[in-house]
Amino acid sequence: MFEISKVKYTGKIKEVTLGSGEKAVIIGGETCYPFHLFEGEMPNTPKIAFEVWDFEPDDWQDWAIEPFRDVIGNPAAWARKCVEVFHAEIIALNLKGADPNGKDRVVEEVVSVVKNVIEAVDVPVIVWGTSNDEKDAVLLRRVAEVCEGKNVAIGPLSEKNYKHIGATAIAYNHPVLASSPIDVNLAKQLNILLGNLGVKDEKILIDPTTGGLGYGLEYSYSVIERDKMAGLTQEDIKLQYPIVCNLAQEIWKTKEAKLTQEDDPKLGDEKKRTILLESVSAMSMLIAGADVVIMRHPESIALVQEMIKELTSRGI
Amino acid sequence: MALTGIQIFKLLPKTNCGECKYPTCLAFAMALASSKAEIDACPYITDEGRLQLSEASAPPIRQVSIGSSDYEIKIGGETVLFRHEKTFLNQPGFAILISDTMDDAEIESRFEKVNFCQYDRIGTTLRPELVALKATGNDERFISLVKKAIEKPYGIVLICPIISLMKKAVEICKARKPLIYAATTENVQELGFLAKAFNCPLAVKGNGIEEVMHLTEQLTAMGVKDLVLDTSSRGVRESFQDQIIIRRAALVGKNKQLGFPTITFPCEMTDSLMKETLIASCFVAKYAGIIVLSDFKGESIFPLLLQRLNIYTDPQRPMTTEQGIYPINNPDSASPVLITCNFSLTYFIVSGEIENSRIPSWLCVMDTEGLSVLTAWAAGKFLGDSVGSFIKKCGIIEKIEHRKLIIPGYAASILGEVEEELPGWEIQVGPREAVHIPAYLKMWK
Ligand code: SF4
Repeated sequence: MFEISKVKYTGKIKEVTLGSGEKAVIIGGETCYPFHLFEGEMPNTPKIAFEVWDFEPDDWQDWAIEPFRDVIGNPAAWARKCVEVFHAEIIALNLKGADPNGKDRVVEEVVSVVKNVIEAVDVPVIVWGTSNDEKDAVLLRRVAEVCEGKNVAIGPLSEKNYKHIGATAIAYNHPVLASSPIDVNLAKQLNILLGNLGVKDEKILIDPTTGGLGYGLEYSYSVIERDKMAGLTQEDIKLQYPIVCNLAQEIWKTKEAKLTQEDDPKLGDEKKRTILLESVSAMSMLIAGADVVIMRHPESIALVQEMIKELTSRGI
Repeated sequence: MALTGIQIFKLLPKTNCGECKYPTCLAFAMALASSKAEIDACPYITDEGRLQLSEASAPPIRQVSIGSSDYEIKIGGETVLFRHEKTFLNQPGFAILISDTMDDAEIESRFEKVNFCQYDRIGTTLRPELVALKATGNDERFISLVKKAIEKPYGIVLICPIISLMKKAVEICKARKPLIYAATTENVQELGFLAKAFNCPLAVKGNGIEEVMHLTEQLTAMGVKDLVLDTSSRGVRESFQDQIIIRRAALVGKNKQLGFPTITFPCEMTDSLMKETLIASCFVAKYAGIIVLSDFKGESIFPLLLQRLNIYTDPQRPMTTEQGIYPINNPDSASPVLITCNFSLTYFIVSGEIENSRIPSWLCVMDTEGLSVLTAWAAGKFLGDSVGSFIKKCGIIEKIEHRKLIIPGYAASILGEVEEELPGWEIQVGPREAVHIPAYLKMWK
């Protein structure tokens, strides 16, 4: 008789609740490597979050704008469309407009956008800052305040600004995204610091830093695998948190996502190609161990959701 | 797994005759243990000893070659479950399905697609490498497919349920070392003989893992060594799990009967090419040796080729690019000059964006010990004096007539220092993020 050689899992990824009320979503909770359901459980299947920007994007491909053309200038309407038309379970509000290297919108202006979006939808929201430590320290604290009671995931928190944002998140009871640059030890270190600060285990999410397909995807892939391995098999409790990949922006900005078929016939249809660049990357992240992936195009999201369903389906 | 020097010593004649060029049998055994010598250097070892040695030193997953010359691929030979544990060695081959039911134009276009879907990517070419020829009852047409295939350079998978037809096909393309698909419980003897007679790799199709093991056991006993496994599962979940279970059985469970690469068929698992591509992406990440696709379109095969490149990149490889001058888009003496660090990801993204802009440019990559611009600057490795002396020495001055240099936006604070180091130069501050490079270069003066 052939016997499957099974992995001895000693750990479990913590469950983190996003959002509040009926549409709250629980992520994490797995007791095995991704989709290894012959030897463990994934009680909460991985989720896809729909990306929404705080302002009308000026550099998006036309085929990326197309599904949202009627709402793209209005973040609240945009988020609502994701939920009502595309059945989004989570919204990821990307505060690109606040980036000091870009539009550098003032904090209060952006905060009012956040407020509008939060009020427009009943699903959980992830609020993603600018990755500029100083700006985020101010911006995300205000976000935490105005989102009181909504259990909004806030990040990214870096080693430099985790204290400021973390303390406010504790006060308003929001989960936080601990962000480290593609390194297991740095990820662990920041999680420890957050714990010391008083952030509860069920309020920590890991942002491992996401590389796009062809642009460092392999680094993220392996760091996620190592995070999960440490958490599930090496009793590394400080790595037993769900992983969130902010993928969309890394894919859609690459040159391979921008060239049209006319520019380079060998690359084929530009819309389908970009959808596949995004969804193949998302699959890679999910197979490595991501619990939430932030994506842009409704068609790539639908494809990945179908794959998640098949990979976790019970019927054999 | 591998034997120790002492264990190997016990299998040697212990006469210390020296013909292996080592003074003693023990010294030779030690050299063998550390792979510094080949067992064939000792003419006196018994057949029995030789067998034991080769069995013990055989890799847990056999490496199998398919195809010939430029398009020869190797699959299997893997030693780890996770790429970070060492590296994955042999990328899975992508095959396009060509069937005897297709008309001439379709067949021609499919062969052409293997050639068309090739992509240059800094230092390498990404391309699929196989055609899977399928017989479904039109024997003559199938044979004509095989004949057509040997006019092209690609590797061949022969999918044919009829033994006599398979034999004809193999005879035609045997020099190409085609993969014969597939031995089942019904035909294992015949196909085993065929594979052995023509020295071609053989796929094994069993109903589930246990049947596959029975088949490989029989074939191994017949002396057929180059096998490729198919468990017949065509559901996404089962097929994905089979890949993991097989790899783990071979590496962790030391299961010899499963120590072979696998073949997968996303083309039989859905009718949508989009979904098929995602199914294939699961097999790129987790362990397929060959992935048979219903079609190659630029939009579908390109993302898979990129994913394969990424997953099979050796994580032990230093994350640096060689210091030097990189011409992009055929620059001349009037083209802009940019400088950046040698962290390979930075180089990759920056050079990609310059290419994207289609503006002919010179990219100077300075050795920053693999640090990104911002970290290199913070660590004192991207400062005015180092940038200045690099620009003077690297040879860019001979290539250009102007004296303008674009430094990364993240290093804007060294502007003054660089100006001091390079008198007579106009130092320009480029964008911080690489995405903004095309817009910047288009405006550049
Ligand atoms: S050739 Fe063989 S028998 Fe002679 S010394 Fe070497 S190992 Fe020993």
